[in-house]
Amino acid sequence: MTAVVDARAPVSSKWNFWILLLGALVIYGVFQVLIDQRILNSYSALILYQMCLNVILAVSLNLINGFTGQFSIGHAGFAGVGAYVSAVMTTKLHLPFPAAVAAACLAAAVAGLVIGIPTLRLKGDYLAITTLGFGEIIRVILINMPYVGGAAGMTVHRETNFAWLYFSALLTVVVIANFVRSRHGRACIAVRENEIAAEMMGLNVTYYKVLAFTIGALFAGLAGALSAHTFYFIKPNSYGFLQSFNILVIVVLGGLGSITGSILGAVVLTLITAALQDYPEWQMVIYSLILILIMIFRPQGLMGTKEFRIPFARPGGRGNGHVAP
Amino acid sequence: MSLLEMDRVTCAFGGLKAVSEVSLRLEAGELVGLIGPNGAGKTTVFNLLTGVYPPTEGRILFEGRPVSGQSPWRINHMGIARTFQNIRLFGDMTVLDNVKIACHNQVRYGVLSSILRLPSHFRGERQIEEQALKFLSLFRLEEKKEELAKNLPYGEQRRLEIARALASRPKLLLLDEPAAGMNPQETQDLMHLIGFIRKEFSLTILLIEHDMSLVMGICERIYVLDHGTVIAHGRPEEIRSNPKVIEAYLGEVTS
Amino acid sequence: MTTFVQQLVNGISLGSIYALIALGYTMVYGVIKLINFAHGDVFMVGAFVAYFAYTGLHLGFIGSLIVSMAACALLGVLIERFAYRPLRQSTRIAALITAIGVSLFLENAGIIAVGAQARGYPDMLPGSPFQVGGVTISTKQVEIILLAVLLMVLLQFIVHRTKIGKAMRAVAFDQDAARMMGIDVDRTISYTFAIGSALAAAAGVVYGAYYSAVDPLMGIMPGLKAFIAAVVGGIGIIPGAMVGGLVLGLIETAVQSFGFSLWRDAAAFALLILILLVKPEGLFGRHAREKV
Repeated sequence: MTAVVDARAPVSSKWNFWILLLGALVIYGVFQVLIDQRILNSYSALILYQMCLNVILAVSLNLINGFTGQFSIGHAGFAGVGAYVSAVMTTKLHLPFPAAVAAACLAAAVAGLVIGIPTLRLKGDYLAITTLGFGEIIRVILINMPYVGGAAGMTVHRETNFAWLYFSALLTVVVIANFVRSRHGRACIAVRENEIAAEMMGLNVTYYKVLAFTIGALFAGLAGALSAHTFYFIKPNSYGFLQSFNILVIVVLGGLGSITGSILGAVVLTLITAALQDYPEWQMVIYSLILILIMIFRPQGLMGTKEFRIPFARPGGRGNGHVAP
Repeated sequence: MSLLEMDRVTCAFGGLKAVSEVSLRLEAGELVGLIGPNGAGKTTVFNLLTGVYPPTEGRILFEGRPVSGQSPWRINHMGIARTFQNIRLFGDMTVLDNVKIACHNQVRYGVLSSILRLPSHFRGERQIEEQALKFLSLFRLEEKKEELAKNLPYGEQRRLEIARALASRPKLLLLDEPAAGMNPQETQDLMHLIGFIRKEFSLTILLIEHDMSLVMGICERIYVLDHGTVIAHGRPEEIRSNPKVIEAYLGEVTS
Repeated sequence: MTTFVQQLVNGISLGSIYALIALGYTMVYGVIKLINFAHGDVFMVGAFVAYFAYTGLHLGFIGSLIVSMAACALLGVLIERFAYRPLRQSTRIAALITAIGVSLFLENAGIIAVGAQARGYPDMLPGSPFQVGGVTISTKQVEIILLAVLLMVLLQFIVHRTKIGKAMRAVAFDQDAARMMGIDVDRTISYTFAIGSALAAAAGVVYGAYYSAVDPLMGIMPGLKAFIAAVVGGIGIIPGAMVGGLVLGLIETAVQSFGFSLWRDAAAFALLILILLVKPEGLFGRHAREKV
């Protein structure tokens, strides 16, 4: 049983973390059994995999857009970098999958760093359009690389299973939640709240923007590597701005600045997508209406900046705790 | 050596000189007022001192080191903190977190130790919290520590801004109209508080204020700015009788 | 030399289409500081309205063009009224997200309404190619350029010589002050959307006629490109949008003629990033400082 408690309170007992972690393990166990016993058919399992990937993408984008207040709409581009780097590692260089995942994360993080340093000087809508531009440039570069199959894409081996995906998502959530609830995360939120005041209080604003952007890109790369080796086929057009918009819809639906919101948003949106599998255009119409209606009637999203917490772990303890899904 | 030295500093936007050849000197421990009619360039002086604008000409030295050309956060590390005329709090953060941000650079632990929740993270957070609470209690805000900054009443927002600036441990504190919008009682309390923190932290304070009586009451020296230039400076009683100052303020409401 | 002139004409005609779309972006940005992401999709709707007016109602080129411009003017006003106006006091990011939503909505509602397949566009602008000193120029290109120039002159007239144009400039300069001077801000913003959308519709019609095919997603790339054009020229500045459109059209045509046609889109985005990093206020813009 969980309840919504104000997340702004300095987090309570360390129990909160362990209880949530235990809950996450129980959820894992249940679904693993359901998959093993074929109670969930392979199609449902795929939906579950997609859910985990969307959690990684949404939580990492939320770090950039929700917590740090920098509006990026090129997130899928970093996933593309991760997908292609890992695919080249496994299929062309025949390296083990974990090494490919590590390389993918690193490559995406470097891409984030290289793109972030010049562009994060820009604000709001200019930054948005520039990140979109970079995402598109990444896509065009991939299309023009015969080595990785150009526009036709390339086939990859299946390397993942439910455990890989689930624990990657869990890792993402724990790392980003811990980051957000530290002096560094607090600095990122201050940058979002008032950039000028943050700078005057001695925060190196550029450093924190680039840091958040790089961490976000790193996890997008992770999602890219995993998705490539889960759906065993990648093509440049899967990492264009439409995909970036999908991630944005999840983050906005869940609430900019709420990690549990992003998880919830990922679950809901993945289910909607699955339900409308055969009517992709209706799916997009619904996405677009969700975006518009949320902005007009509930701009804070489902969760606002709040997080799910265990009700009996009262705020008031010392130090900062953790959040788990 | 003076704590702060502004030497014939000019700041021009296009052809318009917001501040022209301003020289200003602060000794350690002083409380100095900066007054002048609306649009005289007072806030521009603050923006120059904190690195928001680079000076077009002239130089600024803080403890003998150049300020001009440094980025604002480095200037804060050198020991200058400020408040804003139009309050700039971190509205959606708690009162406590607002002050914690200012403790950011006093207690350091790395990104990895926070992600892995190493002991240094918990130790650091505990120190930051202790420091922040100390400043909140000084400004009688500890009971509101969990409230969002944007939900505080106006007077408390002003106090919180000063607490936040102070928590970054400056040697020089720049206060931009700290009493704006306060009632006489609140203003009175604020002045006591400024006097107190100045002694407690052996601060140097430069204060922009519209309320003449207030400035005259607590400042040891006063600079008067008009049309971007210093038209007078001296002790309060000298300023009061200075014909140039009276002329500059003619028609201005000086409560 | 002849290829150069040939490519120059190609670049100018492509550029004038971008310029027409860019005008709408820049006008809307000027008055409400919003990147109207849906603008490129209004362009698409314009192309389709003319398609049906021409093939279904047999209205001819001019008739179809006018119907399409009127329909899109109305569409623009409706989008502003129902999607953007409720958010006028919200953050700019909220408005931007909504604009992205409207854009996705128009694209996918378009797919549902007319299908995702591209369809052939009727040859609305007939006329045979002619030769000038060895250069082959199609009548279409000349007509496109003439139409663009005509609409831009008309726009300049509206903005600088009419009452509503004056109101638009006042709202762009300072919305609150304009309201206090008795200007009906809501109505002015509606007019801005109407005019911008009508220009996008005209661009859609000539784009369809030029490339002979239309589909519901046709607005995405030209929309983004036109936005880039507006930024290059200095967003909010009308002559800037025209020049930015031409610059972009010429650059793209150049990239293509050197045999890098697959890199066309990347070149446009690279131009955007370059201009934002080097001169973010655009070619014609002035640098604005944030007040502290």
